[in-house]
Amino acid sequence: MRIMIGKIGEWFDRRLQLAAPIREAVEHPVPRETASWWYVFGSAALTVFILQIVTGILLALIYVPSAAEAWSSLQALNHDVTLGWFIRAMHGWGSNFMLAIVLIHMVQVFLFGAYKFPRELTWIVGVFLLLMTLGMAFSGQVLRFDQDAYWGLGIGASIASRVPVLGPSIVRLMLGGPIIAGATLSRFFALHVFVIPGLLIAFVGLHLLMVLKLGINEWPMPGRVVKRATYVSEYHELTSKDGAPFFPYAVWKDLFFAACVIIAVAACALYFGPFGPTGQPDPTIIQTAPKPDYFFLWLYALLSLLPPSLETPALLVGPVVVIVGLLLLPFLSGEGEKSWKRRPIAVLTVLLIAITLGTFTHLAEFTPWSPHMSAWSGDPVPVRLLHGTTALERQGALVFQAKQCRNCHSLGDSGGQRGPALDGVAVRLTQDQLIRQVIQGGGNMPAYGKNLSPAETTALVAFLETLHPAGHAPARDASRDAVLRDVRERGTGGQP
Amino acid sequence: MSNETTLSRRGFFTKMGILFNGLIATALAVPMVGFLLSSITRGRGNGYLSWVPLGPVSDFPEGETRLAIFRNPYVMPTDGKTVDTACWVRRIAGDQFQVFAINCAHLGCPVRWFQQSGLFMCPCHGGAYYRDGSRASGPPERGLFEYPYKVENGLITIQAGELPTPGAAIAALTGEKPPCAS
Repeated sequence: MRIMIGKIGEWFDRRLQLAAPIREAVEHPVPRETASWWYVFGSAALTVFILQIVTGILLALIYVPSAAEAWSSLQALNHDVTLGWFIRAMHGWGSNFMLAIVLIHMVQVFLFGAYKFPRELTWIVGVFLLLMTLGMAFSGQVLRFDQDAYWGLGIGASIASRVPVLGPSIVRLMLGGPIIAGATLSRFFALHVFVIPGLLIAFVGLHLLMVLKLGINEWPMPGRVVKRATYVSEYHELTSKDGAPFFPYAVWKDLFFAACVIIAVAACALYFGPFGPTGQPDPTIIQTAPKPDYFFLWLYALLSLLPPSLETPALLVGPVVVIVGLLLLPFLSGEGEKSWKRRPIAVLTVLLIAITLGTFTHLAEFTPWSPHMSAWSGDPVPVRLLHGTTALERQGALVFQAKQCRNCHSLGDSGGQRGPALDGVAVRLTQDQLIRQVIQGGGNMPAYGKNLSPAETTALVAFLETLHPAGHAPARDASRDAVLRDVRERGTGGQP
Repeated sequence: MSNETTLSRRGFFTKMGILFNGLIATALAVPMVGFLLSSITRGRGNGYLSWVPLGPVSDFPEGETRLAIFRNPYVMPTDGKTVDTACWVRRIAGDQFQVFAINCAHLGCPVRWFQQSGLFMCPCHGGAYYRDGSRASGPPERGLFEYPYKVENGLITIQAGELPTPGAAIAALTGEKPPCAS
C-alpha cells in the first residue's frame, strides 16, 4: 500500500516538481526562540481567512445580492435553510476574530521591531492587508442588508461627499446611482466577494513569500541592534548555528493556536448565534437608531465628539495621515533596537492608541450623546421629586415631560444623557440663569423661547428650582438679594 | 556596428505585437471606464432629478409638520423598498411650504419630528433642528436639506431624486447644482 502511494506521489512529482521546494520551505531553519506563542497570530489570521472563504462560499449558495431580496434571503438562511444560521454566525464571528487577530498580529510585529530592515515591504503589504480586512468588514456589514446597513451606507456617503469638488461624484460612484438602492448592494457584493478577496489572496501570498525568503523575525534582544550592512549575515549566522527546522520544531504551536481559534469562533457562533439582520432596509421606517458593527464603534463615537468645525478636516486628512504614517514607519525607523524594552515611545504609542480606541468604543456602546427618542413618553417624573410641591411646580413637571426635555436630560437616572442630569440643577443655576437657558438655549442646547408660552416657562422654571438635593441650598443671585433688601429698607423701586 | 542600433525582424514584430495589444487595451478601456463611471456621468446636470408629487395640499394641515413618502424617480428592478423615500413636509400657511429631507445634515441618519418641542432630533449623534429646519444644536454644520417645491392644482410636488449629502453644498461652489438646493 505504502509503495503504491509512494509510486503515485512520484508520478505526480515528476510532472509537478514541487516536492523539493515545498520540503525546503517547510523545513527551513528558524531561530529557536521564535518557536514561541507570540509568533502564532499570523498563521491564525490566515486560518480564519480560509474559514471566511469557506463559509462565505456556503452563504453565497443562498444569499441574493438584490436590494429587494437580500433581507429575506438572510431570513431564509436564519430560519429555513438547515444550519444556515450556524454558517452565518461562523462568518460573522469569523469576521470579528479575523480583525482582532490581524490587529494583535500587527501590534506584536510592531513591538518586536519586525518591520525593520530588511522586512519593510512585508510590513507595507501587511498594512494593505489590514486596510483590506477593514474593507471586508465594512462591505460585509453592507451585505447584511438591514436598517443598520442602509443608514450605515448613508453615513459613508455623507463622509465621502465632503471631499472637496469630487465629493458628489464619489458618492454617485459609491452608491452606483443617485440613492442607496439595488445598484449599491450589487457593487458592495462585487467588492466583498470578488475584488477585495482576490486582492487579499494575492497580498497574503506576497506576505508569506517574503516571510519565507527573508526568514521570520528573530526574538528581539535588548542591545542587538539592526544595521543594514550586517543584519543579513548576522541573521544567517543565527539560523545556521542555532536554528531549528520550522517543521516540526515551531509549527505545532501554530497548529494548536489555529485550532483553538476555530473552536472559539464556532463556540461564539453556537452560543451567540448570527448577527441580525435587524429591521428591513425600508427607508420609510424612520424609527431606527442605526449603529455600526463593533470594530467601527470608535469612529461612531469620534464623529459625535469632534467639534463640528474640525470634523470634515479630521475625516478627510486623518485617514491619510494614519495610512501614510504606517507606510513610512519602516523607513523612519528601519534600523536600531528591536526590543520593546528599549523602545519606550513605541510601547507608549501602542498603549495610547489602545486606550483611545477602547474608550471611544466603550462610549459608543451606550451613546451618551444621542437623545433618547422615547424618554419623554417613558418613565414619569419620579414621585419623590413632586412631594410637597405647589400646583405651579407640578405644572412645570408636566411641561418638562411634555416638551421632551427628558429626551436629553435625565431625572432620577432615567432619560437622555445628551445634556446634564437635572436632579440638582437648582444648585448650579439661579432662577434668572434657568430662564435664560430655557429661552435662549446655548452650550449645545436648543432655544425653547418660541416653543414655550410665558406661563409654561414660568411653571417649568418653578419646577427646575425645586431640583436640589436635600440639605443643599438652591443657587441664589446675591445682587437680587441686595436689591430686595434695598426695597425693604427704603421702600423704593430698587434704584440706589 | 552594435546590435543596439539595428532592429531585428523578430524584435520589430515583438514591439509591434506589444503596440497592437496596447492599442486594443486602450480601445477596450474606453467603454469599460465609461460603464464604471456611468453613475457619475448620468447624474451631471441634474440628470437624476425630477418633480415628484407628495399628495394634495389638503393632506397637510396648516402650521403642522407631517411625514410624507415619495418614490424616487430613478428606479432599477432590484431596488425593492429602497426607492421609497420619506421627507418632512411643513405647511406654514396657504401654499407656503418647507419640505425637508429625512437625512440629518451631519451624517444622513433619519431625523424625527417632535411636535411638542418643535424640534427635529437625530438619533445618531444628537443633531437637533428647529421647526424651520435651521440648526439648533449638535454636530451638524448647517440646517436640514430642503427640496424645492411647487404647488399646482392643489397638489404639492418636490424636485427630488438624489440622496442629499453635506458635500452637495460644496458642489454648489463649483457650478454644479446640489440635489436639494433651496
